[in-house]
Amino acid sequence: MRDVAIIGYGQTKFGELWERSFRSLIVEAGVKAVEAAGIDGKDIDEMYVGNMSAGLFVGQEHIASLIAEHAGLNPIPSTRVEAACASGSLALRQAVLNVASGASDVVLVGGVEKMTDVVDATSAISSASDQEWEALFGATFPSLYAMMAQRYMYEYGLTLEELSMWSVIMHENASKNRYAQFPFKITLDQVLNSSPVAEPLRLLHCSPVSDGAAALIVCDAEKAKEFVNEDEIIYIRASVQASDTIALHSRESITQLKGARVASEKAYKMANISPDKIDVAEVHDCFAINGLILMEELGFCKKGEAGKIVYNKEIAIDCDKYPAINPSGGLKAAGHALGATGIRQVGEVYWQLKQDKEVKDRQVEIKNGYGITVNVGGTGGTVCVHILSNKK
Amino acid sequence: MVVRSWRHIKERYNLIGVRCKNCGTVYFPSREICPKCRRKTDFEDIKLSGRGKVYTYSVVHVAPKDFEKQAPYVIAIIELEEGVKITGQVVDCKPDEVYIGMPVEVVFRRIKEDGDDGVITYGYKFRPVEN
Repeated sequence: MRDVAIIGYGQTKFGELWERSFRSLIVEAGVKAVEAAGIDGKDIDEMYVGNMSAGLFVGQEHIASLIAEHAGLNPIPSTRVEAACASGSLALRQAVLNVASGASDVVLVGGVEKMTDVVDATSAISSASDQEWEALFGATFPSLYAMMAQRYMYEYGLTLEELSMWSVIMHENASKNRYAQFPFKITLDQVLNSSPVAEPLRLLHCSPVSDGAAALIVCDAEKAKEFVNEDEIIYIRASVQASDTIALHSRESITQLKGARVASEKAYKMANISPDKIDVAEVHDCFAINGLILMEELGFCKKGEAGKIVYNKEIAIDCDKYPAINPSGGLKAAGHALGATGIRQVGEVYWQLKQDKEVKDRQVEIKNGYGITVNVGGTGGTVCVHILSNKK
Repeated sequence: MVVRSWRHIKERYNLIGVRCKNCGTVYFPSREICPKCRRKTDFEDIKLSGRGKVYTYSVVHVAPKDFEKQAPYVIAIIELEEGVKITGQVVDCKPDEVYIGMPVEVVFRRIKEDGDDGVITYGYKFRPVEN
């Protein structure tokens, strides 16, 4: 297998982008990524796009063809990848495997979601859970994560204040991100007093409904030198995926995400590092509780310890005991355009490791040169982990 | 979609799941193969007691369209006596009376209506067990 590198990244703003259409979003992200990599359309051999549900959100399927056409990339192969909120990183994994195998040298991989064109986004989002045995009985998507939070509080004594501090940190980070949906700070009291969505979760524990797109240029590590300076190449050292039950009730424990544990352990092994070598992480905090659980599954702390670490803000950008977590503001504050999220997470870590000017206001100190992302589909039915490094 | 409801009557009306005779694991809803035994799967129907405890729960305030009239309502995962966990609402009590470990039993109720002229879906909910 060949080494695989990232040579460019671009994204749109995330948010309620009323004036923007599905196709205009992904084309903007793609063009930005191509420009950042200094490549030309004719250099691209193949493309993948992660998208959860254009069918439910904008009534459009067959988006791989639509996007290839509007990006001016016909007739190269174009493939859509779907795994609910993990669609983006699964698309990236396909691109990585494609390049590693030698089938392609340069692959464009995008992620996109246009969520604000429907009235009842809640119903569309719930299709990421088991429609027949969860959603049908009135379980909303936030309520599934709320049930994880409730059980976590019961088993480990997590307080609502500890959980709420997650959102405070995310907003603080997002205030330094011009692409973020919510680039402003909030207080702990605002989180605690926000309206209840699915108790114990309140509005400010939840990621928003977002429009947005993101795109990466993935390239054979040797060929990458033809396009960018060698010190600007970021290597994908692990791309790992795992599956778990789609329904929450089928799991032995709902205070852990077994898929994330399995995938990250394998990823650390592939990259030949331990979790303490990670400088920066982007984790899938669709709801605050998932941020805490993922800190534990990625091996940053022991089970049940995340709440205290978060409450002490020891995951902030300038903290050094633990990796900086979600310098972008995470799904909570940077926004969660479902299919785009996995790409956006990897894009943030790429920028951080490359010390790109785009993140100069939120630059994490790069000591060991490793970053990790974890992207979750549904309540953990699909999990995808990537480890990036500035070292080959 | 009438047929989509109708094909699950056995499970949703009567709480019938399956038990793998090879390993003893009980599944609800029923499935085609036992993930533990795979091709050695040997399923038989099993009627579940409907008695269990609240494993976890949430009070839903922001509800999908079909459930808007019911909000706020309690959605829970119930751990049944047979060891299997299922998702359903807890009713016949106030939301703040529900707690983890609360003993509950199954009741047959209307789940939702598919608009004014659509199908009415019936199935299981859970209520507190009187002491």
